[in-house]
Amino acid sequence: MSCNPPAKFTVNGMARTYTGDPRRSLLDFLRDDLGLCGTKKGCDHGQCGACTVIVDGRRINSCLTLAIMQHGSEITTIEGLGEPDHLSALQRAFIKHDGFQCGYCTPGQICSATAMLEELAQGWPSHVSADLQHIKLSDDELRERMSGNLCRCGAYSNIIAAIREITEATP
Amino acid sequence: MRPFEYRRATKPSDISAADRIIAGGTNILDLMKLEVEVPAQIIDINPLGMTEISEIDGGLRIGAMVRNTDCAADARVRRDYPLLARAILAGASPQLRNRATTGGNLCQRTRCSYFMQPEARCNKRDPGTGCDALHGVNRSHAIFGASENCIATYPGDMAVALLALGASVEILGRTGTRSVPIGDFHRLPEHQPAKDNLLEPGELISSVTLPPAMGGAQIYRKVRDRSSFAFALVSVAAAITIADGRIRHAALAFGSVAHKPWQDPAVETALVGQEPSLKLFAQAADLLVGKAKAQSGNAFKIPLLRRALIAVLSEATNTEA
Ligand SMILES: Cc1cc2nc3c(=O)[nH]c(=O)nc-3n(C[C@H](O)[C@H](O)[C@H](O)COP(=O)(O)OP(=O)(O)OC[C@H]3O[C@@H](n4cnc5c(N)ncnc54)[C@H](O)[C@@H]3O)c2cc1C
Ligand code: FES
Ligand code: FES
Repeated sequence: MSCNPPAKFTVNGMARTYTGDPRRSLLDFLRDDLGLCGTKKGCDHGQCGACTVIVDGRRINSCLTLAIMQHGSEITTIEGLGEPDHLSALQRAFIKHDGFQCGYCTPGQICSATAMLEELAQGWPSHVSADLQHIKLSDDELRERMSGNLCRCGAYSNIIAAIREITEATP
Repeated sequence: MRPFEYRRATKPSDISAADRIIAGGTNILDLMKLEVEVPAQIIDINPLGMTEISEIDGGLRIGAMVRNTDCAADARVRRDYPLLARAILAGASPQLRNRATTGGNLCQRTRCSYFMQPEARCNKRDPGTGCDALHGVNRSHAIFGASENCIATYPGDMAVALLALGASVEILGRTGTRSVPIGDFHRLPEHQPAKDNLLEPGELISSVTLPPAMGGAQIYRKVRDRSSFAFALVSVAAAITIADGRIRHAALAFGSVAHKPWQDPAVETALVGQEPSLKLFAQAADLLVGKAKAQSGNAFKIPLLRRALIAVLSEATNTEA
């Protein structure tokens, strides 16, 4: 069992290896080592969601995991969801509904919402689900499911409108 | 963050007494960034598996690495132990629950702001230095079982539900395995506040076992400053069954009121065999909070807990106000 073993994983489909100081958070690795600055640092303590990325299909806070712990995982950042010339449906909906003001929380919001839609499709319950078995989609459900992403600008109502558009488009 | 060596475990015996375990990392990394935790050796237990939920003796065994999300979404947990699903879903955020593990959740440390601030005096962080919370801002602190050395609370939700459900914790040590009732896993501060639970260095939680489901009403009520993504001020977990118009079984546990998930068998005894009524619930709640002792800044928790218990018992038994 070796000390500080390398971690091999993919970021937006590209193979990457991490061999540096084990203290590096996944967030700092993405931003500082790979230059993927879409992912933002808000609190660095799991409290704001600005650093949300998708690892093996699940949204997580990249500030509270280490780069060296990612061995074998598939990581998707906001850059992997879409770029200006080929936006994802959620990215387009955020623009259409003005789901931001300063935009700092937006990459985290969109990564979070992208994975959240998958959680909904799986039928996972939330704190506000009246029935743990059959989930009825309401704005309260969407708000609770997005509660890990704070927005200092308070763009919440437009963020929900953007996500609503996608949930209504998918049967 | 202080430098440390990182290794990946390939088998439980790789873990030595000098190692600190990392699972989801959502608590230990948070505290390492603050230099509240300063481990020299970190061992990553993600390669060890322990991610299954299996049926055992009519109950369920939940592996230590089952993520909080997966536990709350499991069809058997939702059907037979809704209290557990509800408590998990009331905690943290979806992103955190996707990483947080069953074992790590049990071992999460207090959110006492003096503990989380290396400049402050804290007997839990630095034994013998004193407790700044005693005469400081102690709104979130204990009302049961505190000592003059430490008034911190265990802040988690999941363990409160596990206590009401009668779960046990399986621990793997260098000399073998043992199983302890969850009520004995966490400890009171007494003279050793640095020790949150009875794990010895190098020991690993391998799973948590739930006894067969008892049916009836299961409720988790969490009272907090905002309605999502906040720790509890007080919480109540209840599993109640009724037969022939009387309470047949009552299991209650209380969160964020003590250094461990709190239980008071006298309150349960006062309820069992009785016909549900608001009068009975008020008596039971008075019995519970009669033993509470407020700190300088948290007297509000006592009536809050009283009302929360009455509300939960009323809801569980369909008793109208
Ligand atoms: C912003 C924020 C809000 C939160 N809100 C809530 C909330 O409302 N309610 C709530 O209950 N929790 C809340 N949490 C805490 C969260 O639930 C915990 O951080 C999480 O459950 C810890 O699990 P983990 O696997 O990430 O643990 P880790 O951080 O990996 O480990 C935590 C501790 O457990 C030990 N450990 C881990 N696994 C094992 C094992 N198998 N055997 C022995 N020791 C082990 C580690 O050594 C460490 O000491 C919140 C956290 C954050 C950051
Ligand atoms: S930067 Fe990770 S949650 Fe705030
Ligand atoms: S748009 Fe400014 S923080 Fe959300």
